[in-house]
Amino acid sequence: MTPEMTSDAAGLPTTGSGLRATGWWGMVVLIATEATLFAALLSSYFSLRSGADVWPPAGVPKPEFSLAGPGTAILLSSSATMVWAELSIRRGRQGRLRAGMAVTSVLGLVFLAIQSIEYATSEFTPRTNAYGSLFFIITGIHGLHVAVGLCMLAVVQLRAWLRHFDAERNLAVQNVSLYWHFVDAVWIFVFASLYISPRVI
Amino acid sequence: MTAAASRLERAWETPRELALQLATVDHKKIGERYIVTAYVFFVLGGIAALLLRVQLAQSGESVLGPETYNQLFTMHGTTMIFLFATPMLSGFGNYFIPLQIGARDMAFPRLNAFGYWVFLFSGVLMYSSFLVGDAPDGGWFAYVPLTSAAYSPHANLDFWAGGIIFLTISSTAGALNFIVTIFKMRAPGMSIARMPLFVWAVLATSFALIFALPALTAANLFLELDRQAGTAFYKEAAGGNPLLWQHLFWFFGHPDVYIIFLPAVGMVSTVIPVFVRRPLIAYTMVALATMTTGFIGFGVWVHHMFAVGLPALSLSFFSAASMMITIPSGVQIFAWIGTIWAGQRVVWRTPFLFMLGFIVIFVIGGLSGVMFAAVPFDWQVTDTYFVVAHFHYVLIGGAVFPIFGAFHYWVPKMTGRMLDERLGIWTFILMFVGFNLTFFPMHIAGLLGMPRRIYTYQPGLGWDAWNLASTIGSFVLAASFALFVVNFFVSRKRGAPAGDDPWASNSLEWATSSPPPAYNFRAIPVVASRDPLWDGRSKLGRAAPPAGGIPLEPRGAEREAIETSFMDAEPERRLHMPAESLEPLVLAFGLALAFYGVLPDLLGVKIIMVSAGLLIAIGALISWTWPDRPARAEASG
Repeated sequence: MTPEMTSDAAGLPTTGSGLRATGWWGMVVLIATEATLFAALLSSYFSLRSGADVWPPAGVPKPEFSLAGPGTAILLSSSATMVWAELSIRRGRQGRLRAGMAVTSVLGLVFLAIQSIEYATSEFTPRTNAYGSLFFIITGIHGLHVAVGLCMLAVVQLRAWLRHFDAERNLAVQNVSLYWHFVDAVWIFVFASLYISPRVI
Repeated sequence: MTAAASRLERAWETPRELALQLATVDHKKIGERYIVTAYVFFVLGGIAALLLRVQLAQSGESVLGPETYNQLFTMHGTTMIFLFATPMLSGFGNYFIPLQIGARDMAFPRLNAFGYWVFLFSGVLMYSSFLVGDAPDGGWFAYVPLTSAAYSPHANLDFWAGGIIFLTISSTAGALNFIVTIFKMRAPGMSIARMPLFVWAVLATSFALIFALPALTAANLFLELDRQAGTAFYKEAAGGNPLLWQHLFWFFGHPDVYIIFLPAVGMVSTVIPVFVRRPLIAYTMVALATMTTGFIGFGVWVHHMFAVGLPALSLSFFSAASMMITIPSGVQIFAWIGTIWAGQRVVWRTPFLFMLGFIVIFVIGGLSGVMFAAVPFDWQVTDTYFVVAHFHYVLIGGAVFPIFGAFHYWVPKMTGRMLDERLGIWTFILMFVGFNLTFFPMHIAGLLGMPRRIYTYQPGLGWDAWNLASTIGSFVLAASFALFVVNFFVSRKRGAPAGDDPWASNSLEWATSSPPPAYNFRAIPVVASRDPLWDGRSKLGRAAPPAGGIPLEPRGAEREAIETSFMDAEPERRLHMPAESLEPLVLAFGLALAFYGVLPDLLGVKIIMVSAGLLIAIGALISWTWPDRPARAEASG
């Protein structure tokens, strides 16, 4: 036991981040359960696929990269801008925090717009067959997560304008950043399963 | 009351006005609400069971029609699993985890309140199906294609699937909160190797929930989309597969058995050492067995599906895993028996009796469980009353007996009054006799070929006597649950005062007064061993001075707690804690309105309700996450 344990609490800091913040741990556990949800969705995809002779089923074209490819690049680059925003506020740079989050939000919106175009021009629907159901519901649930991330970014952006954050106090920025990276990372798995795997295996 | 105590009281106590009581974030009040609500659902599920038993008392009985019978057995199972067992254990966890780890509250008090309201509203959503006569009727595991729109065209299953998805939000919030609370809010000195075993058990359960619930959510989401949006996840003709439901459901469903069982065995490990006056033998092994059970629980789901025609390799794997999971259970049973054996003397009081009853019944239920792990035997008894007997031995033996043991042990802490010992012993005798009389004959009826879920049967099959015995037993069992309620209310008025520590226990909840003050501990305890009340070295932060421990006086009306490091529990931060807040209730209410969207449009107002619900929910969320003034000035936001 260290000496400080028996002393009184007055000397303890009131701020903390990462491993020292309950909020950070909460976000990590939330991400763990959300990641499991995507694992269940993608397992369902491969489970139903294993029962099919042809994949995608007859009458449904193989997934195209022409829209989803650029969409992927845009979404992944939004993680970089978010990192920049987070590192900026750790150095106390208010303007760069706001700019970084604004660019991240715009990139997220563009990704959703591309996804909408892909939906609108699709030759099949969720009702066509199980393949269609899986494709639309898995990408749709991911899109919903992007949308939730955008809402979180909007609230944190507003708080950034109100100067709630500085070099020490920025847990909300860290948490929204963590969530945003998770949404991007999950997309890599969704993209690999839904777009790449039918062409490779 | 000293000046310091009254300052703490002012900062932490929830005033008596209704609006503030609804807004309370006190983990003890929330825990009590969980326990009372779960007991109400327990009574409702029990009434359903008694009706089923009356119908089956003799062959050709006609108390219930087949349709009502289906609805009642579905709601009996659903209620007991989802609305009684898990929330009841959640209630005990809510009340006692912060006390046992020497904290002032959970890590996220408002999330805690939110979890309770969602649990309440999802239960109400499911039970409101009785009002329109469309109660769920697909069994508690709701297999497709029976539950698809083609074969269940009415709203029965929509109430069920919607209610379950809604409820998973509550369970996820609760599990997340327990994990962070146990990791970060422990009293200084309570390193991970000194945590009480109930804390270990709730930790293992919470992890199991975090990784099991998403499969249940996905399964029900697919079901509702298939039923209402015309997707084809479970539709064979369009490339879907009904077995996908079974895989997803049991990937959740089997770990769920351990989710119910683990906190209950945590209660057993809590009570036994106190009543034999020595620390638990093989603490480390029991803690590891707890975590291992939670983990292996994910590798056995296919043993619910041995009869569906899966590849032999897969059957072998899951058969092996199902046998392996008996090892950590065996470790715990030997640790309990060894502890009793090595104990100084046995204190024969009711909490201990219930835990002994648990050991006997659970060993029987465990043995019939190992029998299922053998594939050929499983094929013989699948979907017979043998299965019904087995899982009631495991779930009532494995959870209900420990829960009633925990009631007799912990109610004095919650009310400040001892329960009546004589009524307690009668409760135990009635429960033990009633339970065995109800469920043991079901083994035999099952071996004689009686299938589960039949609403009546022909005479002359040799089932009549066994069924009559079960029915009589079920009423004896029900009498024991009623007797406990009588004991509770009589003792709360006239029971002997409990004092801080009536059992001379070892863990921190007994260091403070009964019932504990709103702030739990006068000062933050500093723990020096696994049994802080027995070691003579720990500083306990008692309610009465001299408290010992780390004083944490409120500055003004602000609530504060101490956050400690994950492994060693060294203090690292002073934490601002939230005051009463209505947002959790408003958010849960908004979501409840939105979940009305899974139901058919009964009154033509669905769109309005769903959009109003979502707007309310979003507003509540923003208001919730917006920091209040002290947090913005002081903490990290």
